[in-house]
Amino acid sequence: MIAALIGLPLFGAVVLLLGGRRTNAWGHLLAVAMSASSFFVAAILFVQMIGKPEEEREIGQHLFDWIAVGAFQIPFGFLLDQLSIVFVLLITGVGTLIHIYSIGYMEHEPNRRQFFGYLNLFIAAMLLLVLADNYFLLYLGWESVGLASYLLISFYQQKPSAAAAGKKAFIVNRVGDVGLALAILLMFVTFGTLSFEGVAAGAGIASPSTLTWIGLALLLAACGKSAQFPLQSWLLDAMEGPTPVSALIHAATMVTAGVYLIVRAHAIFDLSETARTAVVAVGAITLLLGAFIGTAKDDIKKGLAGSTMSQIGYMILAAGLGPVGYVFAIFHLLTHGMFKAGLFLGAGSVMHGMHDDVNMRHYGALRTMMKVTYATFGLGFLAIIGIPPFAGFWSKDEIIHAAFGQNMFIGLATLLGAGVTAFYMTRMMAMTFFGEARWEPDVKPHESSAVMTIPMIVLALGSAFGGMAMLFIGDIEHWLEPVTGFAYPQNSVSNAVLIPITLSVILVGAGYAWLRYGRRPIPVVAPANVSLLTRTARADAYGDAINESLFMRPGQYLTRSLTWFDTKAIDGFVGGIAAAIGGLSARSRRLQNGLVRSYALTMLGGAALIALVLLLVRL
Amino acid sequence: MNPNNYLVLAAILFTIGAYGVLVRRNAIIVFLSVELMLNAANLAFVAAARNTGTLDGLVAAFFVMVVAAAEVVVGLAIIVTIFRTRRSASIDEASLMKY
Amino acid sequence: MTGESLVFGVSGTFAVVGAIGMVISRKAVHSALWVAFAMINIAILYFALEAPFLGIIQVIVYTGAIMMMFLFVLMMVGVDSSDSLIETIKGQRVLASLFALTFGAMLVGAITSSLASPSAGLSTANDNSGGHIQAIARLIFRDYVFAFESLSALLITAAVGAILLAHNERWEPRKTQDQMQRERTLGTHITPLPAPGVLASTNAVDTPALLPDGSISTTSLPGTYGTKGQVDTSREITEEGK
Repeated sequence: MIAALIGLPLFGAVVLLLGGRRTNAWGHLLAVAMSASSFFVAAILFVQMIGKPEEEREIGQHLFDWIAVGAFQIPFGFLLDQLSIVFVLLITGVGTLIHIYSIGYMEHEPNRRQFFGYLNLFIAAMLLLVLADNYFLLYLGWESVGLASYLLISFYQQKPSAAAAGKKAFIVNRVGDVGLALAILLMFVTFGTLSFEGVAAGAGIASPSTLTWIGLALLLAACGKSAQFPLQSWLLDAMEGPTPVSALIHAATMVTAGVYLIVRAHAIFDLSETARTAVVAVGAITLLLGAFIGTAKDDIKKGLAGSTMSQIGYMILAAGLGPVGYVFAIFHLLTHGMFKAGLFLGAGSVMHGMHDDVNMRHYGALRTMMKVTYATFGLGFLAIIGIPPFAGFWSKDEIIHAAFGQNMFIGLATLLGAGVTAFYMTRMMAMTFFGEARWEPDVKPHESSAVMTIPMIVLALGSAFGGMAMLFIGDIEHWLEPVTGFAYPQNSVSNAVLIPITLSVILVGAGYAWLRYGRRPIPVVAPANVSLLTRTARADAYGDAINESLFMRPGQYLTRSLTWFDTKAIDGFVGGIAAAIGGLSARSRRLQNGLVRSYALTMLGGAALIALVLLLVRL
Repeated sequence: MNPNNYLVLAAILFTIGAYGVLVRRNAIIVFLSVELMLNAANLAFVAAARNTGTLDGLVAAFFVMVVAAAEVVVGLAIIVTIFRTRRSASIDEASLMKY
Repeated sequence: MTGESLVFGVSGTFAVVGAIGMVISRKAVHSALWVAFAMINIAILYFALEAPFLGIIQVIVYTGAIMMMFLFVLMMVGVDSSDSLIETIKGQRVLASLFALTFGAMLVGAITSSLASPSAGLSTANDNSGGHIQAIARLIFRDYVFAFESLSALLITAAVGAILLAHNERWEPRKTQDQMQRERTLGTHITPLPAPGVLASTNAVDTPALLPDGSISTTSLPGTYGTKGQVDTSREITEEGK
């Protein structure tokens, strides 16, 4: 049954990608059907799981022995427990909605069938990642989602910027993959096994420094996949891909794989203070960095990408807080999956209506022209900034609460992040839906078709009510507790004080943005004469420049010098030998000058030499 | 009277003959130098025969003389033929087999 | 001072003088005469070495026949022919003297460093066979008869070869100009064939030359090309190509 979860979308991917143009007519429908049936199976498994008592909720399924080499035994097996089922539901649910949305969004695209093939491939790979029961199989899923991300980002192959963005995403992800590989190696050496239970059992007896190194390596992997500092540079470029891709992969699912990894490996992080501190630090830096970058972006998708970076920073921070934070990290992940996907789909709808223009300076006053999009985007907006009773409020506030329990500065950072989030999201709303119309000459904004608006409506409902549903009906804290452990934050500011403070910070941020962007007219051309902070934010906090100067240029220099050495020294040496022999032979052949007397001279010389040698030997 | 004196004389004559082969350009003089070298060898043979008390050295010298005669005959015939076609007896001119 | 050492001293010196004279004479005839002089002295030395037979043979065959043959040839080649003494090959004289001196020094050194026992003398050998000539005859016609016979064959061959080489007569009458012209135009080629590409506009080996009437000249193709149909007539022969 669990294998069917992965098998169905995989089957769809294989048929669509190998079938080629013959499947063009019905390809998208097959993909949607596969994704929907996978969601259906997931729902059945979920209902079954709810019915069982808590101890029996974990289901394992062993398909076959994948690698069996002496002591290195890796089974191809699945583990469906409370943690993975919520992920599976998120992936298949949001995935199916986005599949349906893509039917409309990619209608004019000739390679639509290929797109759906890649989408199904991604669903299968991501499901493999969350359903694996050992780290090695997880790595397989990890790499496969990286591949699917690459294929989908550079889907518009003719655009050089898209191809470059895909390459960049893959390479930066690769750096993170090195971390995961190192962690797996360390785990095998230390514990002798790579299964989740084996590692968790052995963590108690391993040395603290080993656990710290494993934790840091896993953190590196999470940074790569989830676009955290210092491997964050690829996420903004990844917006080159089609909007459904940005919604599914770079908002809801793939970028959350890092959080999943850290929560899965909680046994290691629980026992290593240093690793946890590093995780919290990375999370805090990224949430502020992402928010900062998002404030100055005029491209609606890039602004949402900065927001994604920041919200995942929240999740990573929560995961680094230990048992007080794991549950809330996953909770925020689920709510974020819903409202961020909804926001991205809304952005796609706006782009669709504005002739694929992403520049928010060309939007304005769209709330009357695109009412459904305005409503769904608005609900997502309220959720993300954390207005009660919408989804984001429940999850984000719990994270802030837990952060204050750890450290005052971390708590203040999360609070500040919430304020900046409110600021840039309000800016986005104001520039897009309110104010004066700043449309381009022949653009007539129109609402999108039903096939696109229905998924948006479903996700907006999730943004509105999903948080309360998960917390109160699903009791998510105790649902996940058997897997991750749960503790109530100690030494924290009490919620009664914290919630009003948080809300006021949010309202200040939103209000300031409204005054600046909602009331005053917005220039159509981005002003050049801006403060240093704005310039830095526009340049993605110089992330690309740092990467280039630290890694790219030295690497190129190294390559150039190696090539020079190879051509001059090694080739020169070999060529020099050949030239020397040639020169030597050219000199030697002058002995043959055709004159008898010279030859006679050499004969006499030889005779004299022989006589000399004989004499010396005899004497 | 050291019997080796004859051998020393033969060595000296041989050396002079060798020098002559290398230095002179006229083909006939080169040939003469070769004859001188053969004579030196003959002298060595005869001296050795006397030293050892056997006559085999004399017979060898005799045979060498015969062969030298035959060789001179053929060699001079060749030189004459070449001279007829080339009008020059210098051996430096036959230098086509070179690099 | 025995008689033999006196003879050796005089004749030996004269032999060396003759040899040196040969090497340094400018005129070829002078060289030949110097060599003859040296050879006569060597014959005297043979007499001193208890080999009268060989001494006589030396005078008769070597000096008498061979040197005279040299003089005859010199007459034909040019009596006044003289070498210029300027050396044309760089370093030849220096290296030649060096090598010759080394070689000579080695030989002399080797000889003088060996112990000299008093010479046995040929009297015993002569008495064993009943006389000097008889002893030599015994060696030639009994012990080394095979070498002797081969030598005679060699002599005959040499004589015949020399006659053939030096013969100056024509075997056939000389072709007149009229005859040669007839053969050139009416018969097979007596001029060399044109090289590939001479008559064509391309120098590809498989492109044939064309005769004036446009047909392929099979003699302009190398080897098996024409017979195996590998001729490539696709390349056009244009005026500019020429």
